[in-house]
Amino acid sequence: MTTTTLEHSAVEPSAQRASQWHRVQHRLAPYLFVSPFLILFVLFGAWPIIKSLVLSTYTTNGPKDAVYVGAKNFQFLLSDADFHVAVKNTAVFAFWSVVLQLPTALGLAILLSQPWVRGRALFRLAFFAPYLVGSVFVAVLFNVLFQPQYGLINTVLHFLLPSHFPLDYKWLEDASHVMPALVLAGLWLYVGLHMIYLLAAIQAVDKDLYEAAQVDGANTRQQFWAVTLPGIRPVAIFVLLTSTIGSFQLFDLPYILLNNGPGPNQSGLTIVMYLYNTGFVTGDLGYASAVGWTLALGVLLISLIQLRVTGAFKGENE
Amino acid sequence: MKEPTSPTLPAVYSVNAQDAAIKEPSITSGQQHPSDTPRQDSGRVGEGLLRVLVYVLLCLAAVLMLMPLVWLVAATTKNSDDLLHYTFFATRPVSLFGHNFALLKPFSVDNFKALFAAIPFGRYMLNSVFISCTTVIIQLFFSSLAGFALAKYEFRGKKLIILLMLATVMIPTQVTMAPLYELIYRMGLVNTYPGLLIPSAVSVFGIFLFRQAILQVPDELLHAARIDGCSEFRIYRDIVMPVSRPMVGAFCLISFMGAWNNFLWPQIILHSNEHFTLPIGLNTLVGPQSQLYGALMAGTFLSILPVIVLFLLLQKEFIAGLTSGAVKG
Repeated sequence: MTTTTLEHSAVEPSAQRASQWHRVQHRLAPYLFVSPFLILFVLFGAWPIIKSLVLSTYTTNGPKDAVYVGAKNFQFLLSDADFHVAVKNTAVFAFWSVVLQLPTALGLAILLSQPWVRGRALFRLAFFAPYLVGSVFVAVLFNVLFQPQYGLINTVLHFLLPSHFPLDYKWLEDASHVMPALVLAGLWLYVGLHMIYLLAAIQAVDKDLYEAAQVDGANTRQQFWAVTLPGIRPVAIFVLLTSTIGSFQLFDLPYILLNNGPGPNQSGLTIVMYLYNTGFVTGDLGYASAVGWTLALGVLLISLIQLRVTGAFKGENE
Repeated sequence: MKEPTSPTLPAVYSVNAQDAAIKEPSITSGQQHPSDTPRQDSGRVGEGLLRVLVYVLLCLAAVLMLMPLVWLVAATTKNSDDLLHYTFFATRPVSLFGHNFALLKPFSVDNFKALFAAIPFGRYMLNSVFISCTTVIIQLFFSSLAGFALAKYEFRGKKLIILLMLATVMIPTQVTMAPLYELIYRMGLVNTYPGLLIPSAVSVFGIFLFRQAILQVPDELLHAARIDGCSEFRIYRDIVMPVSRPMVGAFCLISFMGAWNNFLWPQIILHSNEHFTLPIGLNTLVGPQSQLYGALMAGTFLSILPVIVLFLLLQKEFIAGLTSGAVKG
């Protein structure tokens, strides 16, 4: 009916019919606008999530052969030494990333937010530039930077602390140095991104609040604790959450930095790298799905704990 | 920042939320900041010292952050003999008026020659440009259209769709890798561009970004257009999109960077050299063989150049888009 109206309205411009067509297309429009996205989303977003739950109860050999095994994959995960190493490495990385990245980013944001600082845009660009490089190319770059003898990091450290860092200090070949190397590369990559968020948050704090605090006799430090920190708390919690979640999904950095492997003594094996190895190198998509779901639940749990501890839930009711 | 409007629209109607966030409020409003108000003289010296300290810290941080990038440029432009001899740029001594100066050596293309001899870098670059641009166009169209529908229409199932998307946002994408691979395999799309593109066609993040931006487009504007006989799609194309241009710019860059740096999925789905994108292709050069590191650095340099250029063009929109969701909660 709509189509006929459409054709007719072109030939005989009856105002009534035109407005009828108008009403119909207005009513249909949202469905038409949403459906292309929705179809793709259901097919390649939502369905795979459900499918991976199903798949996690199978053992597969590539995408073709699948055998139902029930909860065996999850049982095996509990006693899988490699998986435990992956979880430990990922957790250690996430911990140090958050502990180092967030305070550094906050510090830089506070420095940059001083109203009299000149060249703010240039500083901001300098801090943010590494993020533009992207994790893959940061990994490629740091693979070279961490090389003994000619790598920049050893050159600089040897220049500053010759007794502690010989020129052939091994970052990526020595199991006990791999994690510091990963954390360092991660710090360089992400600190600017967090800083951008925190800087925007600091600048969005109501200026009147500072004046009110000043009237009450608060000094700069008191103003920071009483006005700035509460003002940026939602953003700080957001940055804390996203950086933790991101850290738990670590893959590109260690995979490329350690020449497409887990590194010496599996010191750079992460959960997602383990997922990749079991699913797409060994070919057990079922086990990989189980690893994926364990990761998802772990991340969810940690996020909830973080929200609880930071009091984000309470904040919503205030 | 220029007002992003189509000529028919008054500038007032542009989505100013992003603009406000990025107008560097601190630079202009600096005079009003409390710490800038006059103090007793005793605080002046301390204040001055503090400012010096802040600049020292900022410069130190900037040097640390930029040093690896400067090193990258230096390594890229050194010739193969100088690669291991100079930490940064290669220099040559020059005698002028009896004084000796160190002058930068001219750029060498050795590394670029080595790069193109080692891997089909041009092919990778073309693949990356094609894949990234296609991803951006697909994501932009679908996300903005659906974001428009979710922002400006009431229809059945709207709440359900939003809930469904929020639920999946919490789940890491790696969870879906295995079933997606199985699906793509069944569709016979392993090692093809469509197989690479399809999973990233939907961007839930983009929907929320656009929904939020389009929510701020005044309803009167849409009503006025309807009275003038605009179809709903024309409203989307000729009013909503032009008015949301800052968000479009931000989204394009964020989406482009995501596609440009995508590693895990291409690594899974691509097997043959001619399909490789830059991350996958360049990764084949990574290894302990140090004689290739000049080529590797040249490749890295060329790979990050497009993103840097795009960022410099879209900087303001980008930072606004990045922070708008977080800052406004």
